Amino acid sequence: MTLTLALVQILNGLQFGLILFLIAAGLTLVFGVMDFINLAHGVQYMVGAYLLAAFTAMTGSFVAGLALALPSALLFGLLLEVLIFRHLYDRSHLDQVLATFGVIIFLNQAVKFIWGAAPLSVPIPDALSGAVEIADGMLYPVWRLVIIAVGLAVGLALYLVVNKTKLGMLVRAGASNAAMVSALGVNIRLLFTIVFGVGAMLAGFAGAMVAPLLSVEPGMGDNVLILAFVVIVIGGIGSIRGAFIAALLIGLVDTLGRFFAPTLLRVLLDPAAASQTGRAIAPMLIYILMAAVLFFRPSGLFPVKS
Amino acid sequence: MNKLVDLEAPASPTLAAPVRSGRVLLLPLIVFALLAAVPIATLWGPQGYVLSLITRIMILALAAMSLDLLIGYGAMISFGHAAYVGLGAYSVAILSSHGINDGFVQLGTALVVCFVFALVTGAISLRTKGVYFIMITLAFGQMLYFLGTSLAAYGGDDGLTLASRSILFGSKFLKSDVALYYVTFGILLSAYLLLRAVVASRFGRVLRGIRENPVRMEAIGFAPYRYQLTTYVIAGLIAGVSGCLLANQTEFVSPAFATWQRSGDLIFVIVLGGLGSLHGAIIGAAVFSLLADILSHYTEHWALIFGPILILVVLFARGGIGGLLGSKP
Repeated sequence: MTLTLALVQILNGLQFGLILFLIAAGLTLVFGVMDFINLAHGVQYMVGAYLLAAFTAMTGSFVAGLALALPSALLFGLLLEVLIFRHLYDRSHLDQVLATFGVIIFLNQAVKFIWGAAPLSVPIPDALSGAVEIADGMLYPVWRLVIIAVGLAVGLALYLVVNKTKLGMLVRAGASNAAMVSALGVNIRLLFTIVFGVGAMLAGFAGAMVAPLLSVEPGMGDNVLILAFVVIVIGGIGSIRGAFIAALLIGLVDTLGRFFAPTLLRVLLDPAAASQTGRAIAPMLIYILMAAVLFFRPSGLFPVKS
Repeated sequence: MNKLVDLEAPASPTLAAPVRSGRVLLLPLIVFALLAAVPIATLWGPQGYVLSLITRIMILALAAMSLDLLIGYGAMISFGHAAYVGLGAYSVAILSSHGINDGFVQLGTALVVCFVFALVTGAISLRTKGVYFIMITLAFGQMLYFLGTSLAAYGGDDGLTLASRSILFGSKFLKSDVALYYVTFGILLSAYLLLRAVVASRFGRVLRGIRENPVRMEAIGFAPYRYQLTTYVIAGLIAGVSGCLLANQTEFVSPAFATWQRSGDLIFVIVLGGLGSLHGAIIGAAVFSLLADILSHYTEHWALIFGPILILVVLFARGGIGGLLGSKP
């Protein structure tokens, strides 16, 4: 019984980690290539979820909604890049943090203005709304398995693009020394626009995939953004491989921590105190993990820049 | 590569002591004189509302001023500064919920807690540089926020209402809004003078030297880490004091005091008022709060205007309002 429960928690952690990876992938590349710190990346996730909710309601089909939401999220990301972010690349990190913070304030309010403050819900597509039996009498929702499969597929695709194609080679070169790549005649601005657009779309895609599981509401991207930052800092800024490993690590530690911390503490404390303390400690675990990683490796697990 | 070139560069003019000309002194003098006169001026108006608004502005200014020491003078961009406001506020509220209402015990506790938290997290954070520093301070702030939300005994997510304001010298005089106003004013003024003295001292000059070029400072025999950590702790302590005041002003605390959005607001405030001037924090806090207050009278969607203002300030108004008023950051 405990073993199957643990299996469910591991799957949940894996699913959460892969969603984090979809968000963190774009963030880490944008960070790595342009040294641009984009707090507004979290709202891309929110915008993705809202676009999906709107288009699904409009067309009556999740697949059609997703097909419309993805290019819209891409266009929206590029629009922000052209309007605002482009003017911030040469600025200090402080300016970048502040201006993109302004974008968050604006967009969180804008979705409230357009869709209202009440959370929206999106139905899971009919064909995938069931559950499968993963162990004796233990059902697991198909949609979460779909997210795991899709997340792994995107991770693999990104790995192939970044490591096996010319575009990927330029991205990697840009992450380790952007000035040198530019000096060799590569249009680094264009390269960055591509990276930025793809990153924005992936974050929007993550939002769209979890929309049926969570409520779609203003500010939903804010906490996810912080987690994505934790992921890329642990993984090493600019490293896709680092982001993938760190995302899974964070997803598993967070999910399993919440599940096991109260149980484990029961060995030391009485049950009531254990569940109290456990619930207090569990959400702090990933930040403690991050502090520990940075203490020993100040540039993350897989540093890109020397 | 840049570092080598920098070694040849002439000393930056910003290294000079900040308080030289009378003009720079005039602005803070006017600001504090105005603040001191507010309770008298409002005798003929909606006193309660104005006093509570300006008390909140001064509390915000106090927290922002301590962050200005970190960012403006130390170039340490902390994105978790609201955590200390939260620590200060919760020190008051938790002690109060156990019947300990003495203001000095509460303040002492807040200072000890902030000192320990700043020392430990600062020691770890300062091992990192640049973006990593921003991120790790952000993470420590979020860590405290989540701790606050999980304190079920103290209201968890919903926060905690104070039974009474702090008791000072055995008297409940803080119950009066005017008394709280002047206590806040006194603390803000003391903090300003203290920080002025800090940045004008040898310590302050070393700090600004580290901001301009840590490598060069190290080469001439200073250990940047120790200076930065001391600064980090001082800033944390002052923000903790502002948290104590905030708990008294609102008579309520909640984990929302410590979210990263509040840390962002603090940065907004000092950039708005002008980085590295200390009194800019007061001007920034006033403009920030009044703007939010006025806009929210017109529309519930005031953030739609607030966000773009922030972006425009960053893109076009370097030096903030203090810069426009002629004080050199």
